Amino acid sequence: VIEFWASALALAILLYVLLDGFDLGIGILYGFARTETCKRHMVEAVAPIWDGNETWLVIAAAVLFGAFPLVYSLLLSAFYIPLVLLLGGLTLRSVAFEFREKSTRLKAVWDFGFTAGSFVAAFVQGCAVGALVMGLPNTNGRFTGGAFFWAKPFPILCGLGLSLGYALIGAAWLIRKTDGDLRERSYRQALWLLAALGLFLVLAFIVALKLDLRVMNRWIERPILAIFPLIGIAGGGALVFGLGRRQDPLPFVGSVLLFLAAYGTLGASFLPYMVPFSITITDAAAPPASLSFLFWFAGIIVLPLTLIYTVVAYAVFRGKVRTDAEHY
Amino acid sequence: VSPLLLSRIQFAFTVSFHIIFPAFTIGLAAWLAFLETLRLATGRPLYRELFDFWLKIFAISFGLGVVSGIVMAFEFGTNWSELSLRTGPIQGPLLGYESFTAFALEASFFGVLIFGRKRVGAGFYLFSCIMVCLGTSLSAFWIMVNNSWMQWPTGYAVDARGLFVPTDWSAIIFSPAVWVRFPHMLLAAYITGAFCVAATGAWYVLGGRLHAQATAMLRMGLGLAAVLVPLQLFFGHLTGDFVHDKQPAKFAAIEGRWHDEKPAAEVIIALPDEKMETNHWQVAVPILGSLIASMRFDSKEVGLTDFSKDERPPVIIPFFAFRIMVGCGLIMLALAWYGSWLAARGHLYRKRWLLWTIFLSFPLGFIATLTGWFTSEVGRQPWIVYGQMKTAEGLTPSLSTPEVAFSLLLFAAIYLFIFLAGMTYIYRLLSIGPGAPAASGGTNPKRPLSVPGESPGVLVREENP
Repeated sequence: VIEFWASALALAILLYVLLDGFDLGIGILYGFARTETCKRHMVEAVAPIWDGNETWLVIAAAVLFGAFPLVYSLLLSAFYIPLVLLLGGLTLRSVAFEFREKSTRLKAVWDFGFTAGSFVAAFVQGCAVGALVMGLPNTNGRFTGGAFFWAKPFPILCGLGLSLGYALIGAAWLIRKTDGDLRERSYRQALWLLAALGLFLVLAFIVALKLDLRVMNRWIERPILAIFPLIGIAGGGALVFGLGRRQDPLPFVGSVLLFLAAYGTLGASFLPYMVPFSITITDAAAPPASLSFLFWFAGIIVLPLTLIYTVVAYAVFRGKVRTDAEHY
Repeated sequence: VSPLLLSRIQFAFTVSFHIIFPAFTIGLAAWLAFLETLRLATGRPLYRELFDFWLKIFAISFGLGVVSGIVMAFEFGTNWSELSLRTGPIQGPLLGYESFTAFALEASFFGVLIFGRKRVGAGFYLFSCIMVCLGTSLSAFWIMVNNSWMQWPTGYAVDARGLFVPTDWSAIIFSPAVWVRFPHMLLAAYITGAFCVAATGAWYVLGGRLHAQATAMLRMGLGLAAVLVPLQLFFGHLTGDFVHDKQPAKFAAIEGRWHDEKPAAEVIIALPDEKMETNHWQVAVPILGSLIASMRFDSKEVGLTDFSKDERPPVIIPFFAFRIMVGCGLIMLALAWYGSWLAARGHLYRKRWLLWTIFLSFPLGFIATLTGWFTSEVGRQPWIVYGQMKTAEGLTPSLSTPEVAFSLLLFAAIYLFIFLAGMTYIYRLLSIGPGAPAASGGTNPKRPLSVPGESPGVLVREENP
């Protein structure tokens, strides 16, 4: 049952990163959009689905608390400030998202809130991952660091990197979902973002080498991990090809592959640890009585149901956003 | 100011804001199922109008509950990491079940309610209404199981690391605490809903509009309350018995009883003084205290001074919160009975003072629910898990005052904002009233603010492309 919940958690986090990733990314790109038409199409490209995307964050938190209380209490207490900022950012953007339609005078304020909230949410997620890779100061699962232990160059670099990554997958989503000016613009942005992301990866790699992160040793110990960079290269290839040949669906597929590669690399180099090099998955797991209790309804009914719900929501919303809507 | 106090204030604040919406939603879900049943049974279009109207309000309230609940899902870990570490094996699955129930509901029957009127048969639609009603109650059930476990822990063992490990889930779920406290909460939600419905009816009658719908709401709201409030007093009494038997310090604080008494007097009103360990300006009825607590004329009742100072709850909050709760209950009982009696005789719609009172009584259910929770939670102090773990032990050890001050301010701003926006939209819908054409087709559970009203921003854009 531990394996079941560990995979469920991994899946929930992956879905959150991919799904909320592109809509946070669109929120960031939104700040650079100049025309009202552009902004409106961006909003329409995420309107029906962004709330469902955030569901996966809450599911991840619920699984974490239910199945891995040790890690839940450690991570949430360690990342107090980033989490408060994350919740604040997510709320700000969701409120801004709705109020912008209803408001005539304060539109600029809501526009700013949408972008700022999206960026803050993306940035603190990246910081948290970076700090996690560097290691959480703790004794027996109790956090021993300071409030701003995560505010170091490497985590901040990761925060910027994840924001770039989200913006890239956001641009790729826009290419897939829209037409006309916005699509052209997104093609140009995606190219820049891809270059910037590549630069970030090189930079992060150099910093990681300098810091001599333990995660890096794993890659030497476990050559099988090379599969993930290969996936990443395939993703990058799909992106470059898709962007060059203007194949609308390809850049999104490529970005997803890039994220999968990064996620897989991290996850596989953590294993069997959940919090790298201090707490293993087995250490973190709740007693069998708790795990099986949770399994019989939440595990085999609700999780599949929520997955189906997500798939249906996306199926209903397939195809391009109709851009002729403005002429009715 | 210590991080402990600020964390307690933050939790109290966020959970109090949150509970308003589920309490309303649970009551409304039952009300919707009731209306849909009536509609199927009688075929009167009036019930359909009322249903469509309250469904919109339900959708906003449900959404606000989900949005304000997201913070709660994180707060156990951020501020109470020791609690979630040590009791996580029990509280984690219970609270996890609550989230999962809510999601399962949202992903299935709630969608049918919002989008499915034309797509599914009438029977299945009614079934979905009933499932939503059951689902919201089930969500509340898990919260009550979890909270009752904190009030009266059972079915666990403490392992070598100090973790509370579940040994008997059925003892946890079927704890005697759950089965008096869960009905008490459920009835509170139903009564809150009933009074909101009746108050809305009274408002329209006072405004001289929507007569058919308004009188139906008044009659049904008051009628439901007339049955449910006495039942609630009964379950309140059972809950009191439970507290008397299992949590004597809380009971003594509620009663404002400082010393053992035999027979005990019942303090009706007073100003308790925790320093002097006495009450000022006390009005008390002799012997009644024994009668209420033990159903006997001569029982000895325990006073607060039996407990050492560090194991006593604060007195002022449970003492007054309890009296406000009971006061609201009694006012609602009087209004429900008198109003129903007049309505049955057809006099109600001319008694403007009574209609005004009913209209203004819409917050009573919310106030009673909140003060009931204050009594229960503050009365449990200084324990977070009664008799096993102090609240101070549950706090995140690494937390500093500025951190919590920052999060408290941010959450206060967020919640006030959500709350004001939500109230504005609900008020707008209420002032339009039932029977109006559906403004904006469907809605989305986690986007409560997207539901009602026009979008002037869109119109402007269309006029000036």
